[in-house]
Amino acid sequence: MSMPALILVLLAGGALAWLAQRASDELPRWVALATVIGALALLYYMAVELPAGSLALASDPRQAPSWPLYLKLDWIPRFGIALEFGMDGLSLLLLALTLLLGLIAIASSWTEIDFKPGLFQANLLWTLAGVCGVFLALDLFLFFLFWELMLLPMYLLIAVWGHENRAYAAMKFFIFTQASGLLMLLAIVLLAWRGASAGNGVSFSYLDLLGLELDPRLAWFAMLGFFLAFTVKLPAFPLHTWLPDAHTQAPTAGSVLLAGILLKTGAYGLLRFCIPLFPEASATFAPVAMSLGVAGILYGALLAFAQTDCKRLVAYSSVSHMGFVLLGLYAWNHLALQGAVVQMLAHGLSTAALFMVAGALQQRLHTRDMRAMGGLWHQAPRMGAATMFFVLASLGLPGLGGFVAEFLVLAGLFAVQPWFAAAAALGLITAVIYALWLLQQTFQGAPDERRQMADFGVREMLAMGLMMIALLWLGLYPQPALDLAQPVLDGLHDSALQPPAAPLAAAGSAP
Amino acid sequence: MNAADFQALLPLLVLSGGAVLLMLQIAFVRGVNRSAALATLTLVLAALSCASAVEQAPRQVTPLLVMDAFALLFCAVFCLAAAVTVLLSGDYISYHGDEPEEYFLLLVLSTLGACVLVSANHVASLVLGLELLSVSLYALIAYPNKSILPLEAAIKYLVLSGTASATTLFGFALLYAATGTLAFDALGEQLTATATGRPMLLLAGAMVFAGLGFKFSLVPFHLWTPDVYHGAPAPVTGFLASVSKAAVFLVLLRLFLDADLFRYRILVELTGLIAILSMLAGNLLALLQTNIKRMLAYSSIAHMGYLLLVFMVCIERDNRGLAVEAAAYYLIAYIATIIAAFGLLTLVSARQVEREDVQLQHVSGLFWRQPLLACLLLVALLSLVGVPLTAGFIAKFYLVVAAVDGSNWVLLGALIVGSAIGIYYYMRVIYYMSRKPEQQVSQAAPADGLAVRVLSGALIVIILLLGTVPQPLMAYIRSIL
Repeated sequence: MSMPALILVLLAGGALAWLAQRASDELPRWVALATVIGALALLYYMAVELPAGSLALASDPRQAPSWPLYLKLDWIPRFGIALEFGMDGLSLLLLALTLLLGLIAIASSWTEIDFKPGLFQANLLWTLAGVCGVFLALDLFLFFLFWELMLLPMYLLIAVWGHENRAYAAMKFFIFTQASGLLMLLAIVLLAWRGASAGNGVSFSYLDLLGLELDPRLAWFAMLGFFLAFTVKLPAFPLHTWLPDAHTQAPTAGSVLLAGILLKTGAYGLLRFCIPLFPEASATFAPVAMSLGVAGILYGALLAFAQTDCKRLVAYSSVSHMGFVLLGLYAWNHLALQGAVVQMLAHGLSTAALFMVAGALQQRLHTRDMRAMGGLWHQAPRMGAATMFFVLASLGLPGLGGFVAEFLVLAGLFAVQPWFAAAAALGLITAVIYALWLLQQTFQGAPDERRQMADFGVREMLAMGLMMIALLWLGLYPQPALDLAQPVLDGLHDSALQPPAAPLAAAGSAP
Repeated sequence: MNAADFQALLPLLVLSGGAVLLMLQIAFVRGVNRSAALATLTLVLAALSCASAVEQAPRQVTPLLVMDAFALLFCAVFCLAAAVTVLLSGDYISYHGDEPEEYFLLLVLSTLGACVLVSANHVASLVLGLELLSVSLYALIAYPNKSILPLEAAIKYLVLSGTASATTLFGFALLYAATGTLAFDALGEQLTATATGRPMLLLAGAMVFAGLGFKFSLVPFHLWTPDVYHGAPAPVTGFLASVSKAAVFLVLLRLFLDADLFRYRILVELTGLIAILSMLAGNLLALLQTNIKRMLAYSSIAHMGYLLLVFMVCIERDNRGLAVEAAAYYLIAYIATIIAAFGLLTLVSARQVEREDVQLQHVSGLFWRQPLLACLLLVALLSLVGVPLTAGFIAKFYLVVAAVDGSNWVLLGALIVGSAIGIYYYMRVIYYMSRKPEQQVSQAAPADGLAVRVLSGALIVIILLLGTVPQPLMAYIRSIL
């Protein structure tokens, strides 16, 4: 029951924060902080309480007992829909990232929000709840439910607390994700309903649908439905156009959540659902997906360099970084998959930090235009140093998380598609250009003496420090994270490669 | 007629008796509250009597009506919806001044018409129910007779609806000429045996379909919808948009099922084409509206288009069970959502001079002025968008399942495209509601009316329940099919 409890804690905390606004404007923040810390404690408890070694065991995702944590309650038996949750190493890593970035988001919005702070924190926590649900749900209907539910609070975060062009950005974000979500719903129904006509009863359970033998044409269309929904969220070129707008207009905490975790749900969806559910269709589709990945890397980097708005620059750099994830996933071998997972974590941390810097700059200077900045290092040395660290992390400096990720992806990809790997490697150079450009334009150069700007305070440095440690850890000693993800990736990898379980294979070989 | 027949017919008898009582009451003592209470009592009793009537179901009572569990389920839903409408309009209608008691009488009568329609399996009872429903609605729409908008809407509806009824009648006359029968199932049998030429039968079918399609506001026949929705008092609009449409849809479905008109592929494909046109045109035109009631009118055209998709699914006999089940769930979810939405709009528009007019500006900043009301409206709108955890989502999910079952890919495509367009105009209302106070244009005073608030709240709870625990209703609908 601890998995639904995690989601409920966040939902209830949100409601509480909203109510707390009646008492004072300060209280909601503390409620939100306490909620996320409580959720982290619960997650820690869940991880510790697992039977020893269960996370390290090789797992077969089709078998319920091989999930370290698994829960199934009937919900709508008419359609074989259940409240089915499961947690393995991969979900654990992403949940930890989600809650950690939740803390960062609360910290970054500590003084930024004046208008209805209670409702703001509530929406923040509800978004987190939706994302946690996405990482835990195993029933495809339930997964879709959380997938849609995380949108609405995010929409409100942008539409109510966003910047000057928020209506457009929020609407674009919502329409892109909701419309692609409808395609995914269609694909889910297609898969479950047609899967049922082949076997025994309708079921939306991931465990039952995995390794189903499908009509190739059907599998192809269903795969496309999933792929579109996930790559809109990822986002992959050319479906990324909502992202720069949403990021630029969102309040800092909204950008942190969007970049840090909402994008990861797209990658998670591809890794957990899209490729394993349709292995053959995905294998034929892989060259297209990889071309989109490479295009995203180069195009994102190119556009990032052309921006004058610092938030937009970071947003386009996300498109570029997520291209590596797409490449890693569709290369579909152990190295590349590891790389993709590390990239999800590293990008979440470094981009969230950069958005926090951009948000802090906007709060202090009331502009995001980098042409109006320059020489800020003199006024805000701590902020400058922190920015430098995360800029280096973003461009993939060895010793930090991003490097490990990109190296693993490229190494894995080279074994499969050397030319794609060569093209993607160009991304390492372009990343240097836009990342250093960001640093030069804002913090280096001649300072403007008339400008007064407050440096980062203790709260902000604490948040920054937390993310620095995490990135250093991922860069210097990524093994614990890799160990957590490894059995899951092996299980997914094997289940997608091998034809369905023994009984079906035996029936097929009989004359 | 024996006791069992009377028991099966109980809901209709209660409604008719209640209508007579109301008339007498109005003749002797006038009083809005008294009439409203009596009307509510009648409707609730009628809804409760469905539970007793269902013991006799299914039962053919006279050659005209078949009281089966399906019809009784919708009788109960219609009566409850009408009871809610009565309570929602109490405040609204007395605001308009003189002698509004007959309003409630008309509402009971039109509910009776709707109940007759869902249980009709004979053309005579169909026409009877249809006219009872429509004629009461003309008067209901025109009830606030001091304002110009309702009168305009009522005249428009009267003229066009009259034409539609005449067309339907002519179509049935042609069918009678060809087959010599008016009962639905006999009609189906005779159609194969008749010597009359195919063109004439198709003409008759098309005329019937056009007439009913008008009442149902499908695309080539939809032109009255926005004006009538705009002009009519909001509670009446809610009633018109939900109960009257559901009743017409259900009788059309029963006609097609009993007479097995699904074997005429060209007729069914015509419904498919009309469904696609309705989905696309309804959604596209809704994009252009700044008046919320007009926007909901166009969106209702689109919603009826989604629903019409089940006709195409019904072509395969094996899929019919699922298709009818989907339609039933969709209609119940839709009725709850639409009545809640219009009920909340009556609250938003309260204390305005032109109460019939609800513009986008009127909801600007509603979240900060009246948070509770805004949250309720938010849920209703999300249910119309089809966001999970609301009734609208499960309803749409049902339709998608039915369409996948019937492999209607083109219709599914139109459904997806239509819903994607729909997101924009619903979200625009939500955006207006969330605008910060300094941007808001009007500062309407908060409305009182506790009953309306409680009721809207209850409806929202129903929407959420239908969206979170749909299993009981699904199981019930499945068990009675």
